[in-house]
Parts: sequence; structure tokens; C-alpha cells
Amino acid sequence: MSEDVWSERDTTPDAIDDALREMLHERHTANQALVPARVLNLVVVVDRSWKGEIANRLERVGRYHASRTILCAVEPGRSTMDARVVMSYEEPSGDGVGVILEHVEIDLGEMHLVNLESVIDPIRAAEIPTMIWCPHGHLEATRSLLPITDAILIDSDDESEPAAALARAADLLESAYVVDLAWLRTTPWRERLAATFDPPGRRPLIGQIGRVAARHQASSTASATLLAGWLASRLNWEPACLDPQAHGELHGVAHAGDHDVEVRLCRSDQLVPGLTGVTVAVPEGWSLSLDRASGGLCAQRRSEDGTESTWKVLGASRGEGGILGEGVRQALLRDPTYRPALACARAFCPVAAPL
Amino acid sequence: MTVTEENPLVEGLERLPVHPTALVIFGATGDLAHRKLLPALYNLAHQGALPERFELVAVSRSAHSDEDFQAIARASVQRFSRTKPDPAVLDGLLSEMRYISGLFDDDSVYAELGRALAELDERAGYPLSRVFYLATAPQFFPVIVKELGNSGLNQAGEDSDARVVIEKPFGYDLASARKLNADVLEVFDESQVFRIDHYLGKETVQNMMAFRFANALFEPVWNRNYVDRVEITAAEDIGIEGRAGYYEGAGALRDLVQNHMLQLLALLTMEPPTAFEANRLRDEKLKVLEAIVPPDLHDVPDMAVRAQYAAGVQGGVPVPGYREENGVSSDSRTETYAALRLHISNWRWAGVPFYLRTGKRLTRKVTEIAVQLKPVPHLALQSQGSIGVQPNEIVLTVQPDEGVSISLGAKIPGTRMRIRPVNMEFHYGTSFVSQSPEAYERLILDAMRGDATLFTRNDEVEALWGIIDPILTAWKEDTTSPIPQYSAGSQGPREANLILGPDHAWRRL
Repeated sequence: MSEDVWSERDTTPDAIDDALREMLHERHTANQALVPARVLNLVVVVDRSWKGEIANRLERVGRYHASRTILCAVEPGRSTMDARVVMSYEEPSGDGVGVILEHVEIDLGEMHLVNLESVIDPIRAAEIPTMIWCPHGHLEATRSLLPITDAILIDSDDESEPAAALARAADLLESAYVVDLAWLRTTPWRERLAATFDPPGRRPLIGQIGRVAARHQASSTASATLLAGWLASRLNWEPACLDPQAHGELHGVAHAGDHDVEVRLCRSDQLVPGLTGVTVAVPEGWSLSLDRASGGLCAQRRSEDGTESTWKVLGASRGEGGILGEGVRQALLRDPTYRPALACARAFCPVAAPL
Repeated sequence: MTVTEENPLVEGLERLPVHPTALVIFGATGDLAHRKLLPALYNLAHQGALPERFELVAVSRSAHSDEDFQAIARASVQRFSRTKPDPAVLDGLLSEMRYISGLFDDDSVYAELGRALAELDERAGYPLSRVFYLATAPQFFPVIVKELGNSGLNQAGEDSDARVVIEKPFGYDLASARKLNADVLEVFDESQVFRIDHYLGKETVQNMMAFRFANALFEPVWNRNYVDRVEITAAEDIGIEGRAGYYEGAGALRDLVQNHMLQLLALLTMEPPTAFEANRLRDEKLKVLEAIVPPDLHDVPDMAVRAQYAAGVQGGVPVPGYREENGVSSDSRTETYAALRLHISNWRWAGVPFYLRTGKRLTRKVTEIAVQLKPVPHLALQSQGSIGVQPNEIVLTVQPDEGVSISLGAKIPGTRMRIRPVNMEFHYGTSFVSQSPEAYERLILDAMRGDATLFTRNDEVEALWGIIDPILTAWKEDTTSPIPQYSAGSQGPREANLILGPDHAWRRL
């Protein structure tokens, strides 16, 4: 991978934009097979002291790099902007084209956040969607950037209070499309639950589900609540606020027409964020549990007659880097099921859910 | 399998559920299985895309134990997988794989297979769908299908399906394709049959439909009133790569034109389907294929050219001619290059020539479709010295760089109104950073799911052969005319120009 670099202290958005144009022009003139990627602008606003950690996370998104990443590192008390532009590319071999990725890093002060739009708008690539991600809060930056934002990347598992996190997600959803990493952590589980009930012989069981348990890492209550919210929204259950129990467990019922569904969200000892297991059961005795295992999920099914079978559902862990990459990719897609799942999750989530 | 109630949980999911399945690969020790199928299955497992219960059974003639074959399969995945294998996933995929050895016409093989599949159903607690993947040499297709029928394996259990996937080549000519269709349809219903042309599984080929049917820009000019001619090229820079045994019996026409290139032509010229659904799409492709009038035998020399590569230089390295390749007869008449001129006799395309060419050892590797529009009716700018005005050309590149380019006339900076052609280019690689799935991954999943949209229907296969058959016959009957030769690394034979219309020329590769 080759790189072209430009940097300037005490710079301006116009100067950064000029540098980007000039660098692209020079690189394309030198090799016409090199062309800039034009997929997505990703604007990331971080505390300067944590800039390296976020940069490392972005490094690990694999093939899902945004085409122009603009990393704003916020330093208290700073009144000027310093910027560094890195254009990375691999010279194509043969007749192919090579794709140029652009990375802009701007060191700025808190004073710039209120009008951050005026900094970012001239720098972002026009005509392609823009996603913002403010992993360290910076609400004023989010508010400022909303008019030029197509999608907002959040992680509801990152917040200390799940109810507040879900309320914030709902609030943001009114202004832009929200990609929630907590929701994406539930994707494989949702796919597997959908597949479980897909064979025609099992579809009648969907309406009979009487118990759901989601096991999750201590900080991933939001993910577990979103999974329960997804089931409730898809199956027309009426969610009710869950009661906090000992050991951080949440317990309660949802009303499913002619019966109640017991909902239980419990913590597990897993180190990585996300869910560790899910169990769904019907009153007649049928149940299915899926739990994380090496190389996939360990599935355990109990039939109505009491027979049990265990097998492995294959799949490699995406890791947190893969989930962030998926978040970047999702900026270009639209998932119609998040909003109703979020609404049900909020109804499940007590205002002071245990940490 | 009849679906009684909707599954509300699938809404919004990118990956739709696949019914629990046992996949049986016939010809599991062959090249296709090792290079493509096993790595594709691993990648599906890695992504979590396989069904919740997935069992793999391998059938082949070589004698191996389950454990031996698992080790061979593991090595193939490690060598050919596009993602680095996760040992736990790979182990989960292969550790329970069954291997059955025996001849494909041996009843006992199918009895053992039946027992193995019944055991897998038993272990799952319900009948798994069964997908029989025929990755053998084509002469075994009817044999295996017949044996599957004799042993009752063509029937599915309750709430499950039985399907057969048949690799190319599907037939050797029209008569053999019809015979194979008849043999297959005696045992399986058409809805159970999935004839693979892996080209259709390529994202690039599917993008052609997006390009045509998701953009209002092109439809108004997509007809005889605006299109002057169309050129479809599938050029390779490699030779036969040690596959003389296969290639001597096939040739360029069967290898690429009969299937891949005519599929591209059909997708390019068909009417818009009313829905992206298997039979609607295939109905439209069939209609346009049936509108291509096959040539009379005596017309073939005017519309088709064959040639062979002679010794030459490729990338600065001297390479042998086709007849000097190992395993190729020194008087071989097998074509390594074919060029055709076809016409579509329908309202939309009447009078527009479609030029197709494919060849090995050409100057570079490229697959593209070039649609040349008619020139503007009056060039008012000519008095300004605008001699560079060219008709617009829309080029869809399938490989190596998937994209679309449109040539436009633009003013040369200066005081006079002088025009020269410029290109407006779009590269998929710059707009979708994500990696395209391998064609086999998509197609295996579709076959397990029962979605035949990207597979070839029986009548479509026969229509494809119907176009090519007279050319094959004419070339077979002509045993005396010299086969034109072209230098390896060149643009192809000069004789290919003879089938072009007045003022037409092949695009430079």
C-alpha cells in the first residue's frame, strides 16, 4: 500500500478541500488507473486522547472501509485546526484499476463542535452518503452535523444506562437513519431464530412461544433488550416493562393475544460484547437453546416428547472489528425492522435498568 | 413442500433461511469439487449462511475412508478458500462428512447413500432436504439421475425437498441436450432441476439486469432505432492450461459461446421481466433466444469464423501454438477462437447485428459488451473541424474491472467548437468497497433454497443449443478447409473481419 500525505497546522476546511483535490488530481495524472472510491463519507468525532484507540478499531473493519474517513479529534481548549490528509492506494497490476482511500484527520477544539457542519461540509465527498459516529458523546457535534447526515452510527451497548441509550437511539431515528452496533450484534441470533421457525412444520410454534431468555455480556443489556423487542415487534406481542432482579437480571412478561410470554434477560460471564445465548420455548415442552461455542453456536433442542438433541450451527465470530465494518456497510442499506424492535425494546426496558 | 403460514421473523433479514439440508456431491474427488465446491461450502459455513442442520455426503469412484476424504477436503479448503479457514468452523463442516465410494452405475452405492441419508434424517429428528450435486464428467449425468430415480432418492420426505444440480456442459449438441433433458425429466420434475451456468452467479452478470432495469436512462435507446450494433467479447490471454482432453472435444463455441456468451446476449436484449422471479425471468430470456434465427448450414461461413492460436509471444514470453500443446493432435480442427454474427428477429432488435467473439491466447483478458449507438443525424459542428465526433458507445465490462463506460463527444478547450470523444466511467470497485461473493457460494445457496432464478431451464438450454447447433454441424462437416491461425498474444484472426458489416470493426482488445 502506498500513501500520499499532506499536513498543515492552523489550517482551514477550504485548505483541506484544496489539498484533497490537488492530491487526487496529481495521483490520477500520475496513474490514470488509480481512481478514488466513492461509497461513503464517514465522519468520526472523538476525544483526542482516545484517537488512537478509535483509529485502531477503524483499521480492523477489513474490506468495509469508508471511502473518505474524516476523523475529528477534539482537544479541550484548542482554538485552531491542524489537519493531516493521507491518500492510500495500491498501484494496480495489469489492466485493472486501483482504488484510492482518503483519510483526513483534524485536530480541533470543543469550540468548533457547535458549528462542525461548516467544517465538514466542504471536506466531505459530494454526492455520496455521509455517516457520522461520535463514540465519545459530543452531542453538540451530532446536532450540528445532522443536516448533512444520512446515517448515524451508534452503539447502544456503549452507554451506561440502557433505557437512556435506547431513548437516544429513538430520538436520533427521527433525524436520520440509525445504525446501532448493539442491534447488529443480534443479527446472527435473529437469523438463526428465523431459520428455526422457517420449516413449515415449525411455523405454528411461532404463535405458541411462551418463554424467551436472552443471555448477554454484562454491558450488552441493550442488545438483549433489542432482541426481545425484535421478537415482540415481529410477533405482535405487547411488551411490558421488565422488573430488575438480582444479579442484573431483567424479568417480566409480554402479552401475546391469548397468552403471556415470559421474558428473561440475564447476564453471563462472556468477555466480548453481545449475546451469549438465547432460549425460546413453547408451553407444550418444545424448546431450543442456542449458545456461543467455538466455530459457531451450540444448538440444543427439546421436543414435545422430551427427547433432546444437540448439534453445532456453523459460523465464525465476526469480532468487534467485523461488527463495526458491518455498521459501515449498513449505512448504505435500510433495515425496516429496527424501528419497531427499538420501540418494543424501550417498552421492555425499565428506566433504571441495572448496569 | 407446501408453505402454509408466513414466517414473520424473516422480514428485514439480508440472509433468508435455508431449509435443513443434506448436500450430496457426486464426483467429490474431482477438480471442481476441490477448487470450487468445498471452498464455497466452507465460506458459507464461515459466514453462518448454511442451514441450521447441514450434512455433507461425498460420492466418488476412488476408494477412501471417511477420515481420508475429510483430510483431502480439508487440504482443498485450506488451499482454495477465499477466506482464511477458521479451524473450528472447518472442523465442524468436515468432521461428520460421509464418503461413499463406488461406480456411479452401481445400485449398491445408492442403497448405501439412501441408508446414510436416512441416518442423517434420523439424527436431525426430521427429514432434511436433499440436494444432489452432479460434479462428475457429463457422461455420468444420466446414469446418476436414473439411479437416483431407481432408488427413490428423487422423492422428498414430508416438509422437505429433493433437488438435483447439474454442472455444465449440459449436452454436447442439441440432440444430446434434448436427450439429457428427457432423461432427467423422467426422474425429476423441472422444478427440482438446477442446471448451473456459474456465469449467472457472478455479481457482474446480475448487475446487467440492475443496469438495464433500474435506470430509466437507457431504455429509450435500447432498440433498433438507436443501437447500430452490439459486440460481446470474452477474450482470454491463457491457453488451454493442460486441459487438452476436455478442450479437444469442446472447442471455443461449446466452451463459452453456447452458454456464457449467449446468456449475456439474452440478459442484454430480453424484455423487462414483470418480477425478478425464476420463471418470469427465464420466460423473457427464452423469448429472445427463440427470436435468434439459427443459420442455415450454407450460411454459416458468412456469419461464423473459427480459428486456432499459433505460436506467438504472450507477455514477452514465447508460447506454443494450439496444435503444439501437449495432448492436442497436430492436425486438430478444434477451434480456440470463434466469432459469430447473430440477428434477433423481433420488433426491438430487427436489423441490429450482434457480434460475438471469444478466444484463447489473445492479447489480454477481458469480457465486455459494447453497445454502439447510431451517429447523430446531422453534425452542425462539422464546419468547425469536428472530425473527431464518434457515435456514443456504452461498454459494460464484466471482467477484469466490472463497470460501465459511456463515450461522449466533448468540446476541446479552445476558441473553436471542436469535439473529441471522452469517456464517462463508472467502476463498481470504487462504489462498493465490499467483496463480491464467489458465484458458487450464491448458486449453492440458491439451489438449497429452491430459487432457480439464476439457473437455466430445460427449454432455455435447448434454445441455446438450437442457435449453435447448425454452426457445429457445418464446422464438423467441413473437414478440408484450412483452419485460420492467429498468433498467440494477438487481437485474433484477420478472418474475423469477414463477418462484420460495412464500416464495422472489432473493438481493440
